[in-house]
Amino acid sequence: MSPILGIIASQNYPRITGSYESIATTTVGAGGSSTITFSSIPSTYKHLQIRVLGRVPSFTIITFQVNGDTGNNYSIHNFGGDGSSTYVGATSSYSFGGAGVLSPATSTFSADIIDILDYTNTSKYKTFRTLSGYDANGSGRIELRSSLWQSTSAITSIVLSTDSGGAYQQYSQFALYGIKG
Amino acid sequence: MAAGSTYTPIATTTLGSNAASYTFSSIPSTYTDLVLIVNGEVSSSTTVSCQINADTGTNYSTTEIFSDGTTASSFRISNNAQIAVMGIGAQTSSGYPFMSILNFQNYSNTTTYKTVLGRTNQANLGVNAIAALWRSTSAINSIKLLGYLGASGFTAGTTFTLYGITAA
Repeated sequence: MSPILGIIASQNYPRITGSYESIATTTVGAGGSSTITFSSIPSTYKHLQIRVLGRVPSFTIITFQVNGDTGNNYSIHNFGGDGSSTYVGATSSYSFGGAGVLSPATSTFSADIIDILDYTNTSKYKTFRTLSGYDANGSGRIELRSSLWQSTSAITSIVLSTDSGGAYQQYSQFALYGIKG
Repeated sequence: MAAGSTYTPIATTTLGSNAASYTFSSIPSTYTDLVLIVNGEVSSSTTVSCQINADTGTNYSTTEIFSDGTTASSFRISNNAQIAVMGIGAQTSSGYPFMSILNFQNYSNTTTYKTVLGRTNQANLGVNAIAALWRSTSAINSIKLLGYLGASGFTAGTTFTLYGITAA
């Protein structure tokens, strides 16, 4: 479940504002983009959420690196289904983290919601948790994935790429939000 | 970087009596994403389903993973008349509460088909996650939740809440 803090239905309570804020958004243009970078991430929130709508030329996953760290400091676990069977996976000591599936189908985009809790904490490693999937009316994936960045540094930048190296296609959208705690 | 407060409540309803369905209509187009939360019960075992913009054609498809605590399974239903929120693997049962969170990202764009991402939990039944597709490039302006099979619907006390998220 995506973290929901301080959200109250408006019918019965005064409107609550300020706990979930939009930080930055990128929409891919006609030429595509091989990477998406969120830099200079402010340290003033408690948690981050990245909401992705993504499409690539052939099926792959979103990969990420934090604070420019290209070392083997990431590990990944995933559990998913392809509409007929489930699958599981695990990778450790990897050079990037994994954060959700991407759709290869025309006009069909994956949805990926990536939660990064306690991202500025300098006493903890950082966990990325993703709910992601797409359905292309005859194919598709739905998946839960978590990745660990084995660093106690506060997160200041995140670069999103793809495992296969295929570029994010036009209209793919990446939105970064901060959640106050 | 721009910053702005968002995750805004749009509408909420708590059923005063059993109802076959509930519809959010006239959804404003001013947000980037929608988040729909249902918390309640069904009146009899059914497939909790979703239709968009009153489209009753076979323009929906759903891929699901589901676990009942013993077995994990994956299902797909294509060319369907609704999105299966919970119930391809096992029908949502009556007498126990369930909760669904559905995400409709970039819902008002008129270029791409619409992907719906969701999770549903019913403690006596299991947990699921879905990725679904509405094969239309129309902007979403209404969302209907219904119990598809049989004469089921939602019981009194079921709450439906819709939020809008605006990207910078």
